[in-house]
Amino acid sequence: MRTLPATGTSPHEITDDLFVHEPVAAEVAMEVAASAADAPWKAALKRLGKNRGVVPAFVLIMVITVLAFVGPLLTPYTYDGQNVAHSNLPPKISGLGWLGFDGLDSNGVDLYAKRNITEAHWFGTDEFGRDMWTRVWKGTQISLLIALVAALLDLFIGVLYGGISAYYGGKIDNVMQRIIEVLVGIPNLIVIILFILILEPGITSIILAMTITGWVGMARIVRGQILQLKGQEFVLAARSLGVSNSRIMFKHLIPNAMGPIIVTLMFTLPTAIFFEAFLSFIGLGLQAPLASLGVLINDGYKGMRLFPYKLVIPAVMISLIMISFNLLADGLRDALDPKMTK
Amino acid sequence: MNNRVLLEVNHLSKHFQLGPNQTLRAVDDVSFHIWQGETLGLVGESGCGKSTVGRTLLQLYKPTSGEIRFAGERVSDMTERKGHKAYTSQMQMIFQDPYSSLNPRMTVTEIISEGLMIHRPNLAKKERKEQVSALLELVGLSSRQANRYPHEFSGGQRQRIGIARALAVEPSFIVADEPIAALDVSIQAQIVNLLMDLQRQKQLTYLFIAHDLSMVKHISDRIAVMYLGQLVELAASDELYARPLHPYTEALLSAIPLPDPVQEQSRERIVLQGEIPNPLNPPSGCRFHTRCPKAFDICAKEIPSFAEVLPQHYVKCHLYGEKGE
Ligand SMILES: Nc1ncnc2c1ncn2[C@@H]1O[C@H](COP(=O)(O)OP(=O)(O)O)[C@@H](O)[C@H]1O
Ligand SMILES: [Mg+2]
Repeated sequence: MRTLPATGTSPHEITDDLFVHEPVAAEVAMEVAASAADAPWKAALKRLGKNRGVVPAFVLIMVITVLAFVGPLLTPYTYDGQNVAHSNLPPKISGLGWLGFDGLDSNGVDLYAKRNITEAHWFGTDEFGRDMWTRVWKGTQISLLIALVAALLDLFIGVLYGGISAYYGGKIDNVMQRIIEVLVGIPNLIVIILFILILEPGITSIILAMTITGWVGMARIVRGQILQLKGQEFVLAARSLGVSNSRIMFKHLIPNAMGPIIVTLMFTLPTAIFFEAFLSFIGLGLQAPLASLGVLINDGYKGMRLFPYKLVIPAVMISLIMISFNLLADGLRDALDPKMTK
Repeated sequence: MNNRVLLEVNHLSKHFQLGPNQTLRAVDDVSFHIWQGETLGLVGESGCGKSTVGRTLLQLYKPTSGEIRFAGERVSDMTERKGHKAYTSQMQMIFQDPYSSLNPRMTVTEIISEGLMIHRPNLAKKERKEQVSALLELVGLSSRQANRYPHEFSGGQRQRIGIARALAVEPSFIVADEPIAALDVSIQAQIVNLLMDLQRQKQLTYLFIAHDLSMVKHISDRIAVMYLGQLVELAASDELYARPLHPYTEALLSAIPLPDPVQEQSRERIVLQGEIPNPLNPPSGCRFHTRCPKAFDICAKEIPSFAEVLPQHYVKCHLYGEKGE
């Protein structure tokens, strides 16, 4: 037995005097009620600033990015200029000797003095005498570039694919999701390796290989968001106003899914950097004389015992980049989308 | 009110296909009409298909069958001939949830001017701004609030913004889908007042949806009662209150508290038995028979017709058919 729920929660009396027009007070009350507040994105920015990891991570990323472009210009060397006389010099920075940048090799011999070299190679040189400082920053530049382009491609394809799939729904969604499942079903390393074997190894083929499976994550996030949003009444309102599908997508749906999209994008960046390094490390990456951090790590790894600096410096660099991006992405996630926090 | 029919709905059905063998008959064979300038109240428990009726009228859902005529013309013809846009400027909707009905990423100006941009694309930016200000003042907000975001407003104010958005395209017909259900009682009356004022000023026609009968009486000229996807009774408001014919309407009316405490003491509530049946699998015959205190044997077998048993008073019940006498 149950009573009719038709009266809602608490039955209230409705008398005719409720419908007498209220005096001007209503307007005054409204003025008080609406206090000035920030635009949604400003509030998010405030929350972001409060996060302790974000500011140092952001500063570090900025410094690394700037140095990646400025660094190679600070020395007279080019990243591919060989000089056999200068081969395998240890790092030397005058004034930073106590940090290990003293120009001494693993036996404690000052190679610069021994070979009568007056210039200092800040990060040392490799076996061909190429300046490592220049190569590390050049490599950082290439790694960042590959990651950025791959992430943007993921973003573009993922948002479009996920958006269309969710917005049109039904059969279209069904087919599009099956395609994704097939893609996810194939181990992506195999796809990527096959892809690189077919194309020539190089920046473009690495980017394409990473994108071919990489966009799926973004597409899934966007699809989930849009599915949630498209049933909301403001979308119905837009449709009943006759707003076009593309405008609903780009003005109503995607702006409201921006938080998770940005967060996913930020997490894609370090993943892409790591993946590029991994590919280069297993020999599927860039070819000499081009350098990415992965290539440098691979080269350094070969002479790890005698010349540890060749491995340590690029490895530290890639770790710094990955930690900073992850911290930043974490902070963004907390600021933009508190619900997503694990 | 003149005697022109603005909106006519004939045997409208909207079924949702949930799975290969699962059809949800959200609206099933509903017919009614709305006179120009009147307010038709649509009442029923939540889940009975009221919103679906409203949304189907606006072509937000494609009807499964049946026809809708607006100002004498079939809506399907109209949208074919002049496009969906021409139709959307005639009909608008006010939504139930003041929180999800406004895009949180748009300012009030952007929200209200979106319709203007679509339906009056020639309007210069400055004129559009003036229009928005005028609309804001029309619904009782200040034009100084135009650059704020929805989250800075209270529920009642948000509902006013929603009303301004609907009015921007100058519709003649508005579906108000439980526009006050989510608001405080005192604010409810303000919004109802606003809607009634606007109706007078702009000769609007309303379909006013509500889940209980108490508020609807004050606004509606006529009231339609809905149960599980079908209309069970339709009559003028006073008539419906004074002489409810359908047992379901009687039960709904008996649930309204009375203002007079003495009467309230002796008010007899008709308590319906059982749960609302699952709309995926509605009862045979009269859909209400499983909970009807007056049901008899024919009710489970035959579907009663929606008949005019008194002048302008329609009811779908065997008690009033020839068979039931
Ligand atoms: N888009 C939809 N897809 C599937 N089922 C729906 C959809 N919209 C509404 N329904 C179902 O239709 C029935 C009527 O819903 P609705 O019209 O929202 O009722 P009301 O507005 O009277 O509360 C409910 O059972 C609901 O679950
Ligand atoms: Mg509803």
